[in-house]
Amino acid sequence: MVSVSTREEALWRVLGSVMDPEIPVVSIVELGIVRGVRCADDACTVTLTPTYSGCPATRVIEHDVRVAAADVATGALDVVTSLSPAWTTDWIAPEARARLAAFGIAPPHATREAQVVRFAARTVRCPHCGSPRTEELSRFGSTPCKAQYRCIDCREPFDYFKPH
Amino acid sequence: MKLQLFDYLLRLADNDLVLAQRLGEWVGKGPVLEEDIASTNVGLDLLGQARLWLAYAGEVEARADAVGRSEDQLAFFRTDREFRNLLLVEQPNGHYGDTITRQYLFDQWHVLLLAELATSRDSRIAAIAAKALKEVRYHVERSSQWVIRLGDGTDVSHARMQAAVDALWMYTGEMFSVDETERALIDAGIAADNAALAAPWRAAVQSVFAEATLDVPADPWMQGARGRGGKQGVHTEHLSRMLAEMQALPRMYPEARW
Repeated sequence: MVSVSTREEALWRVLGSVMDPEIPVVSIVELGIVRGVRCADDACTVTLTPTYSGCPATRVIEHDVRVAAADVATGALDVVTSLSPAWTTDWIAPEARARLAAFGIAPPHATREAQVVRFAARTVRCPHCGSPRTEELSRFGSTPCKAQYRCIDCREPFDYFKPH
Repeated sequence: MKLQLFDYLLRLADNDLVLAQRLGEWVGKGPVLEEDIASTNVGLDLLGQARLWLAYAGEVEARADAVGRSEDQLAFFRTDREFRNLLLVEQPNGHYGDTITRQYLFDQWHVLLLAELATSRDSRIAAIAAKALKEVRYHVERSSQWVIRLGDGTDVSHARMQAAVDALWMYTGEMFSVDETERALIDAGIAADNAALAAPWRAAVQSVFAEATLDVPADPWMQGARGRGGKQGVHTEHLSRMLAEMQALPRMYPEARW
């Protein structure tokens, strides 16, 4: 069997090709939900952390991880969930943020910049036309991780990835 | 201690589970599409949290008497008297102002509770609480904004919000009650001391209500606050009907898989 470190590298590589089921332009590694890959002699463990407690994509992701890992000789594969430290949008890779915007989702602000002010007026740029003149339509959007916005200039609605 | 911990975990889980089910009743019926989505998303967060608490409860139960129930068994095969949620969260949805008021009164307590539990000596409780806290901070932001918008809205919305507050207020005292089960766990550094949450909760509610032009009611007789309420399994008549609907399918087809 190939060495432990080679298998760990191979696993990281295939996990980098597993896309988030609801945001298919960002991999689960870029999203920051793969918290660790560890191989021993005859088994490997992948540690995942959920984005939101109730996110329905969590099970699909675990399934996708198993399918992708089948290409790597891992021996037994254990997929475990870790809750602590809790996932934060600050873990999303910088290169993934640009892809989110290109996909039509305004990327999240850093959580320390997003300190809650009631009726807060942080600037969320429209991912379609780039205008800073946008308004919140709803605190929640199509998935638990997003809010709904609308651009005042181009009038297009869009999702904003909530800082979390 | 293990059975007390099991009971305490059910209290945490059942608040989330019952309120999630109530919010789920709004699916397809929200006053506007955005709020339909928002209330069910809050429900989804709570359901996820309920699952984490129930899974842990089942493991604690297994350690205590070797037969631990699964999340589904605990959710679908307990009767109303075995549920440990607060009376507040089982109250019917009413109109949207009633739902928002119930949500805000609970969220404002929930966020304080989870902040305390995030420092629990039980590391599993601390991890779940820290995760849930991030979600619930967002919930209280939203529900407090709605209380202000509707309270300080039109004459009609104001009157209906004040009526909702007046009707639900008698269920708020239970949130700050402490019984023997909790006392033992508080002393062990595991549970949060609900009595200590009363002052910060009241201060926050007063500030939001002031902005919402709503009056804080005089304290009436507080339902369930004297050691005989939802946390001890003594519920209002609304819970059993809600459970009948929630549990119907698994009870009819106990082996069903989906």
